[in-house]
Amino acid sequence: MRRDHCIAALTRHRTDQIVVAAYNAAFDLMRIQPHPLNYLSVGAMGLASSHALGLAMGRPDKQVIVLDGDGSLLMNLGSLVTIAEAAPRNLIHFVCENGTYEANGGHPIPGHGKISFAGAAKAAGIERVYEYSELANFESDIGGLLRAKGPVFATLKVEPGEPSPVDWDYIHGPDTRVNFKAALRQASSS
Amino acid sequence: MPSWAELSISNAQTPADTIMAASIITEIKAAGVEYVITLPDIVTSKSLLTPIATDRDFRHIKVCKEDEGVGICAGLSFCDKRALLLIQHTGLLDSINAIKTVAVEYSLPICIMVGLLGKEIDRTPNNSENCGVRIVEPILDAMGVKYHLLETESDAPLIGLAIHEAYRSSMPMTMLLGRPPRISP
Repeated sequence: MRRDHCIAALTRHRTDQIVVAAYNAAFDLMRIQPHPLNYLSVGAMGLASSHALGLAMGRPDKQVIVLDGDGSLLMNLGSLVTIAEAAPRNLIHFVCENGTYEANGGHPIPGHGKISFAGAAKAAGIERVYEYSELANFESDIGGLLRAKGPVFATLKVEPGEPSPVDWDYIHGPDTRVNFKAALRQASSS
Repeated sequence: MPSWAELSISNAQTPADTIMAASIITEIKAAGVEYVITLPDIVTSKSLLTPIATDRDFRHIKVCKEDEGVGICAGLSFCDKRALLLIQHTGLLDSINAIKTVAVEYSLPICIMVGLLGKEIDRTPNNSENCGVRIVEPILDAMGVKYHLLETESDAPLIGLAIHEAYRSSMPMTMLLGRPPRISP
């Protein structure tokens, strides 16, 4: 299944959630659903899940969705343990597993085909863990995942889809963060 | 010269004017810090982490690696929540890319309290024989991150001022603990 199709499916169910997206998932999200509560400035590779945990702890009234990458998560596997320990009810962590460092030349990640991210999440102590490789199954489940008590973790086994415009200046630019903060302040409790 | 591990668990050999742990905690609370993100450091283990972990005025988040804390503090800052990352200087050095990108380039109020494990009581950090301690301030200078050295009780008021300034200016700030805080007078 394609990552952009998974993100499109997710956005059809999105209401007022914060979505934290890393790198190429961020570019897909920007193309598919520009939204004031898209959190795109994750900065250092690997930290998307940590930003998301901070947002989830700071705004327990808002659901926080992470669109992580597999190479990114490998840089911060300990965050699975941290998230399991903190146990935010409002955090859903998706990792888009394409087996490569897509933003850095498409080289294979270590352990590709061997590591189970869902297995790692389960072993870290996250109770609700899922894995999808068929879009129809993901589309069928996504509504339920968004209603489930967090933390929730799901691996999306994806392949490249339609290339999205790459705009690093937008992701890292100050206006992106200023606008997100203003939108979050205005967002009413759900 | 006693080791830092020895100093951190005993007041007996710390100078009498050394900053009090209780003063640090009082300043942190008064500055509006609600979340404390920690990875244990023997410099602050008993004096700060133990009481903070059980203090109901704080939300305590344990991390597996220090740079996680930079991301968590960033997320909290967008929620208008004040946080403190409590780590050892080894963790600071391990988190340079996260601090450079998330705190400095994004201009976010990431406040970090750093135990200078291995710093000699009678030396400044820049003159320490410990390599890790010696390079902390030059690295912070190179990144443009403000820092404050906390050693004596008279330094305690700096804590609140520095935290308020970090959030007012939306810029990162570090506080360097040059001695293990005293647990009791």
